[in-house]
Amino acid sequence: MAGIKFDSVRRVFGKTVASNDVSLEIKDGEFMVLLGPSGCGKTTLLRCLAGLERVDGGRIYIGDRDVTDLAPRDRKLAMVFQSYAVFPHLTVFDNIAFGLKMQGRPKDEIKRRVQEGAELLQLQDYLARYPAQLSGGQRQRVAVARGIVMQAQVLLMDEPLSNLDALLRLQMRAELKRLHAEIKATTIYVTHDQVEALSLGDRIAVMKSGRIVQCDVPMNIYDDPASVFVGGFIGTPPMNFLKGVVSAEGAPQVVVGESRIAPTPAQTPALAARRGQPILLGIRPENLAFASSAQRNTLRGHVVVVEPLGSHKLLTMQVSGETIKVSVPPDQSVASGNDVWLHFDADKIRWMDAGSGDTIH
Amino acid sequence: MRSKVESALPYGLLAPTLLVVVLLIVVPIFQAFLLAFQGSDGGFTLAQFQKMVHDTAFLDALKFTFLLLIFIVPLQIILALAMALLIHKRFRGHSIFLYIYAIPLAISDLAAGIAWLSIFTERGYLNSILHSLGIIDKPFLFLSYQNLPAVFGTIVIAESWRATAIVMVILLAGLEVIPRDYFEAADVFGATALKRTLFVVLPLLRPSLQNALIIRTIFAFQTFSVVLALAGRVIPVLTGEAYYWYAANRNPNVAAAYAVLVMVFTIFITIMYFRLLKTTDAEAGYD
Repeated sequence: MAGIKFDSVRRVFGKTVASNDVSLEIKDGEFMVLLGPSGCGKTTLLRCLAGLERVDGGRIYIGDRDVTDLAPRDRKLAMVFQSYAVFPHLTVFDNIAFGLKMQGRPKDEIKRRVQEGAELLQLQDYLARYPAQLSGGQRQRVAVARGIVMQAQVLLMDEPLSNLDALLRLQMRAELKRLHAEIKATTIYVTHDQVEALSLGDRIAVMKSGRIVQCDVPMNIYDDPASVFVGGFIGTPPMNFLKGVVSAEGAPQVVVGESRIAPTPAQTPALAARRGQPILLGIRPENLAFASSAQRNTLRGHVVVVEPLGSHKLLTMQVSGETIKVSVPPDQSVASGNDVWLHFDADKIRWMDAGSGDTIH
Repeated sequence: MRSKVESALPYGLLAPTLLVVVLLIVVPIFQAFLLAFQGSDGGFTLAQFQKMVHDTAFLDALKFTFLLLIFIVPLQIILALAMALLIHKRFRGHSIFLYIYAIPLAISDLAAGIAWLSIFTERGYLNSILHSLGIIDKPFLFLSYQNLPAVFGTIVIAESWRATAIVMVILLAGLEVIPRDYFEAADVFGATALKRTLFVVLPLLRPSLQNALIIRTIFAFQTFSVVLALAGRVIPVLTGEAYYWYAANRNPNVAAAYAVLVMVFTIFITIMYFRLLKTTDAEAGYD
């Protein structure tokens, strides 16, 4: 088994810096998700590791091997492609066996390992079929099986679920998590779907414009985003942001519209250093609740839209001239047009710099 | 009314092509058959075919036509595949190579034959160069009837130069529509360049290879101008004999018999290719 290390990896396409001196260490057996919007450089980073893209600077290590200048076939890794890239002219068996055959493994070993891989992905009944005779979900399984039977130290997945319909994606997500627990290969998984990232990753590296902006375990990324970008990218709906100003005098408070928000003792020193400056208040939709009256840490809000979603109601509200999303229990009585008080716990607030968007600690 | 016009549109658009094909191909084929099987009394006869088969040049023409086919077609397919794979790599300046490769396509086959004649003839460019380099002291007779393998070789070279590009264009077009993911998957899963070509590229390229083979083989059967320019009748071929019987012997009936023979071979080989290279829909990736 082997960890992976990106050391200042740089890749430039014309004037676009797809990978801007990215450094990242992935532990042996870890499931690392590269998450970001399209064009953020996550796929480029994965392709650099696979050897499908050369690097313009920096080194890449698998275990203690420097693989930067090796051909893809010498890097000893397996990959699941976004398009699956399951060979149309080969049967399911031959597709799964492809890598093993290229390695020149003995016939009976290939047969045994293909059987095992097919079992793991419930493809036993389809081994003689051609990909065109399979559904999209089955083709995807073939692509995963082809990767897994290699028993490679490193398994790469490039948006493997993006071509599946919603229900199948949900199933395969759990399936992939189970598979990783079973095979324990160091896995790098590229996606733009934050739910997939939260669900699968041991850690998530959030990328933007060729850089990693935050790398942490999923709950930390969710609870404690490093910036407005991360908070706004993760979560459905994403984190709300309200503009405020730190009070110029007295105990540091933040003025948001008519309300005054008091920080927790831990947050106080950071705010005290920014007296009189604009600041952003970040709060997740589920951390807001209705209150009967104005009290400490409440905001006045006007309900614009009510969406009953079964497990909860999603409200679109106006608060001090800005639109936010609020998630309330399904039995909460509320109608559009209502004016209500919203309460939150101060420790659920994340303060961000109004200029850079970075979280203030 | 509108729908009637619309449904007639495809036929209207196809009509000019259809007209040209009928006038310039279907009618002459029909006439050739008529000529080949019609006796002087207007009735059915095989006399022309007997005359053709018993002609002294017939067996040689048959032999050389097939020999040219056997040498030229595989050579061109391999060369064209190598050229197409090279250009497909998209290295810096690859489009220049594409243009250079495509130059022979713009030259008529007779002109190509004459160009190669000026290279291989007794006082041609090749002999001049070899002489000035001191490799030979008198001209080598590449095109002499006393040296049939050399004449044959020059024809293979000239024909390959002239018509490899068209095969390359077909194969390159085929390569371009294969998603690059397949090649990358092969690379990641450990295929060397050779294995990737054998186990991934060639199978996926099979439809294009089939087209290239059919077109190239048909052209090889019709090889005429280049042979005529370089060898005259020293190396007889079937189409050349048809021309000879028509122009020199003034016997259009025997000429037509040759033409019919060439057509029968062409159809037979095309069917054979379809059979041998057939892919099932599933293998070809169609649902």
